[in-house]
Amino acid sequence: MKIEILGSGCPNCKKLEENARKACELLGIKAEIVKVTDFAQIASYGIMSTPALVVDGRVKVYGRVPDVEEITKILK
Amino acid sequence: MDPLESLAQWFVFQVLGLPQGSQIGDAAAFFFYDVPKVLILLAFMVFLVSVLRTFVTPQRIKKWLGGRGGGVGNVLAALLGVPTPFCSCSAVPLFIGLVESGVPLGVTFSFLISSPMVNEIAAALLFGLFGWKITAIYILSGLTVAIVAGIVIGRSNLESEVEDFVYKIHSSEVLDKSMEWKERVSFAKSQTADIVKKVTPYIIIGIGIGALIHGYAPTDFLAGIAGENSPLAVPVAVLIGVPLYSNAAGTIPIVQALMAKGMALGTALAFMMSVTALSLPEMIILRRVLKPKLIAIFAGILAVSFILVGLLFNAVAPMLIN
Repeated sequence: MKIEILGSGCPNCKKLEENARKACELLGIKAEIVKVTDFAQIASYGIMSTPALVVDGRVKVYGRVPDVEEITKILK
Repeated sequence: MDPLESLAQWFVFQVLGLPQGSQIGDAAAFFFYDVPKVLILLAFMVFLVSVLRTFVTPQRIKKWLGGRGGGVGNVLAALLGVPTPFCSCSAVPLFIGLVESGVPLGVTFSFLISSPMVNEIAAALLFGLFGWKITAIYILSGLTVAIVAGIVIGRSNLESEVEDFVYKIHSSEVLDKSMEWKERVSFAKSQTADIVKKVTPYIIIGIGIGALIHGYAPTDFLAGIAGENSPLAVPVAVLIGVPLYSNAAGTIPIVQALMAKGMALGTALAFMMSVTALSLPEMIILRRVLKPKLIAIFAGILAVSFILVGLLFNAVAPMLIN
């Protein structure tokens, strides 16, 4: 599984990455977590408000920071 | 006297036992009245606007603004900027998203200007500290600046001053899920908690500094240098305010105290707008998508607009306030 965290490196993006890592640990999933900070790449996903969570190329959440519980549900 | 004010006075003079009429007593009474009042107003406003925000998603904004020409598009963009949250982190993706989907450059700028400047946080603070008249003046002049500056940029053929890669991006469409009312309310609740938590420290520091100015600075100490009759005060306030990085929550209480000490209305408005609309960190972030010339034009047009707003209201302030 590939998890991408889209955002320019603001506090919200870091929080999202942290939550995503915790969710993976909780589920025991081995996922590749990648941070995408390049604006051209972020925009190519159609994202206009960061941060965003992308799982296997599909945008799951954008414009807010989902908590660990919500991410666990998304990853299941 | 409203109950909140009685409560603050009781707390400061009875519980803390500060002497009435003293400088520290006045400053504390001001602080303990204004902080709870502003926070209550803020929570209320943020909640209402957050519910509204669930209807104004970036995807819909893109659709509403796409293909609109100047004029109507600029007015619509400035208005849509009001309920839309904006932090410098999302300025660039938003800019790319709008331009790439065919929203004209001038219309995009109207949105970029109004969004950080005219918002519910500024409105709640202005209303709590200044009353509805100045709140209305701030919102209307902010929208006017956003519309006019956007039209000017739109007519100046500056499309080539946007970094080329912006036009080459082809973004995929994100699914815009529609929400149930229950989801909207729960979104608004979590937004309110988030935003109030985030801006409370700024409000406390801002009102704290304001309270010190109220209690300790001599009345009229600014009347000479920043009063209605000093023509240089407005440009100086704007030149300081444009690069300054702060937010409405921290700035407005301090400006309110400065006004009480003799700063003119127009100068105060020009300063608040220039601080909230643009800052050096934001210009640095926008550099990723705008060439230096366009950033300079953007900052220049805003500075000139704020100076005009300041001079105008300094000229008419005596009629408005009395």
